[in-house]
Amino acid sequence: AYASPTAAAVVLVCDTVQWCFLSILNNCLIFLPFGYAADIISTVEFNCSGELLATGDKGGRVVIFQREQESKNRLLSRGEYNVYSTFQSHEPEFDYLKSLEIEEKINKIRWLPQQNAAHFLLSANDKTIKLWKISERDKRAEGYNLKDEDGRLRDQFRITTLRVPVLMPMDLMVEASPRRIFANAHTYHINSISVNSDYETYLSADDLRINLWHLEITDRSFNIVDIKPANMEELTEVITAAECHPHQCNVFVYSSSKGTIRLCDMRAAALCDRHSKFFEEPEDPSSRSFFSEIISSISDVKFSHSGRYMMTRDYLSVKVWDLNMENRPVETYQVHEYLRSKLCSLYENDCIFDKFECCWNGSDSAIMTGSYNNFFRMFDRNTRRDITLEASRENSKPRAMLKPRKVCTGGKRKKDEISVDSLDFNKKILHTAWHPKENVIAVAATNNLYIFQDKIN
Amino acid sequence: MFSKGTKRKFSDGDEEISDESLVGARVASSYSLQRQSLLDMSLIKLQLCHMLVEPNLCRSVLIANTVRQIQEEMTHDGSWHMVTEAFCGPGQSPSERLVATEVLCRSREQDAEPKLFSVISYEGCREEEVVADETLCSVSVSDTVSNVCLAGRVGQCWEKSELSGVERDEEALEDSRLGSGEDEEIDTEDGASTESPKTTGQVFGTFEIKNGSPGPDSALEELFSDVDTSYYDLDTMLTGMQSAPKMGPYDLLDSLAPSHSSPSIVSTPTCRSDLNELDHIMEIIVGS
Repeated sequence: AYASPTAAAVVLVCDTVQWCFLSILNNCLIFLPFGYAADIISTVEFNCSGELLATGDKGGRVVIFQREQESKNRLLSRGEYNVYSTFQSHEPEFDYLKSLEIEEKINKIRWLPQQNAAHFLLSANDKTIKLWKISERDKRAEGYNLKDEDGRLRDQFRITTLRVPVLMPMDLMVEASPRRIFANAHTYHINSISVNSDYETYLSADDLRINLWHLEITDRSFNIVDIKPANMEELTEVITAAECHPHQCNVFVYSSSKGTIRLCDMRAAALCDRHSKFFEEPEDPSSRSFFSEIISSISDVKFSHSGRYMMTRDYLSVKVWDLNMENRPVETYQVHEYLRSKLCSLYENDCIFDKFECCWNGSDSAIMTGSYNNFFRMFDRNTRRDITLEASRENSKPRAMLKPRKVCTGGKRKKDEISVDSLDFNKKILHTAWHPKENVIAVAATNNLYIFQDKIN
Repeated sequence: MFSKGTKRKFSDGDEEISDESLVGARVASSYSLQRQSLLDMSLIKLQLCHMLVEPNLCRSVLIANTVRQIQEEMTHDGSWHMVTEAFCGPGQSPSERLVATEVLCRSREQDAEPKLFSVISYEGCREEEVVADETLCSVSVSDTVSNVCLAGRVGQCWEKSELSGVERDEEALEDSRLGSGEDEEIDTEDGASTESPKTTGQVFGTFEIKNGSPGPDSALEELFSDVDTSYYDLDTMLTGMQSAPKMGPYDLLDSLAPSHSSPSIVSTPTCRSDLNELDHIMEIIVGS
């Protein structure tokens, strides 16, 4: 449950919090035994308590990290994240009808709220969603007298006593098992999944349709949004992201490639093609170019924890919207405005189509999103200050403080600044996640996962 | 007005332009060159996206919308006439000029269009700064820009009914590689079918093919000649199948996007080797 922060509880992200490098978890180290090169991380997500952090990668694998229990002996009271479980979620498939391969890349992972000792998460590739149960086993039943030592059943007349097996401790084993497979409901590529606040249903969105599922039912889903035109030649807009409202289980939003957001109420109609609210910022005619539509395409939409606001990410900026005001956002943050003059080359090398995600901190006072050159940006909504940080091995030593970075946009380049032309556009941070309660962040830089936390004073 | 047999010189109509309007004209033509190069790049992207495993629908839609915007603006300017004819084909009404998404990714007949423009040279354009952003285009594409630009200017002259004539002429022109002897050939071919002095054939025929050096045009030819034309069979396109791909299209993609090594390109060698294996197995079975 979310409680609105008092003034004292609000954390000023940029001034008083010194971001400190906590650990670097490189996929190379984990997957090298199989001889594969490290895979690109495609999604990062903390669970509801922040104890677990899940990553999905291009190879269809899910790796879950668990936070160490805080130990009173350690000077640093915050725990580190260690590998908890690894499993292959999706395999590559072949669609025989279209003669196309279906990638195993995990597009999204979403945790279910924890209701018992086991943990559940949904993982989705382009076409199929799976519900995984992750459970611990630290005891084993021993003392059966029904079988011989070599495992064969003993003859019944040789069993003379009734022996109750005893539970003995064993090394902790974490098992992941697929509990549900939700398949064959999407013709186009799934870009979003979102668990509803009723904890019974969830939605999945592809380029043209959104489906509503019940977690227990895998053989059917309800189609709640369909924007496919009768004639595909008339297609000009696709769905880019969708999310359920954090508290109102009848409300969800979806964003489009034209920079619009539609809020829908499932009580209004079975098919939510007609929106309840329509969010769009009028275009600034002075900055219009042939790339205007592409850079206005929304790559991510996230409700605030409070449910009062939502945040959208387009190519150059992050916008915060008040759900009560449809005609413009209440806040706009420029992520990398210096790229505006480079749009043509970014179009040529396809970087302009990169889909960056964004996230809120636990108290909704700060937002974070990624950029190029392994930079990521954080914005404090209260002070309107922002900071640019870099996720790279060279600049990160354990427990070392992160230095703010700056991009030189023109004129004389100061020392430690980096010029726009030196930015590495292959190093992009598309996926970031913020711990739901604390100032701990996870940043995926291609195939490396970085975890940072604020320094303890 | 053009009379038969007269070679039209670019300098016609350029006399007595003041400095100011010349600068303005240069800015305007620079803009239209940039716009044209953006259009070309977008069309190539749309064609190439069908060569990869499965096109990203969002990306395709955004690129197609960009192309549509450019077309709308060019229609407004009046410079779209000629390109319209090429894409829509004879018999389609002007209202269908705005190209729909799928038309742009269609089969061979449309894909051959870039070759159509490659034969026209445009001396003036080539000398100018084609684009402001130097990373925008490779040389061959920018020359396509220049080529189309010229065609665009004289596009007003183009009649729909002459399209088939154009295609015939274009084959002839291609074969003999822009020698200036083409003019007579085209004129005689088209002579009978002209409706008015301003006809396609004559437009092509009256160009003086300047700077006939093979250079950039042959580079463009090379680029497209490597393309496995089986890609453009409608069936192939629809099923997204790839036969053993040659390096041509991937070279093109690489040259367009040097700094962005897309994962989808990495996956194609695997696909290719699988298909090669399949071919090998088929050979054994067939016993050839």
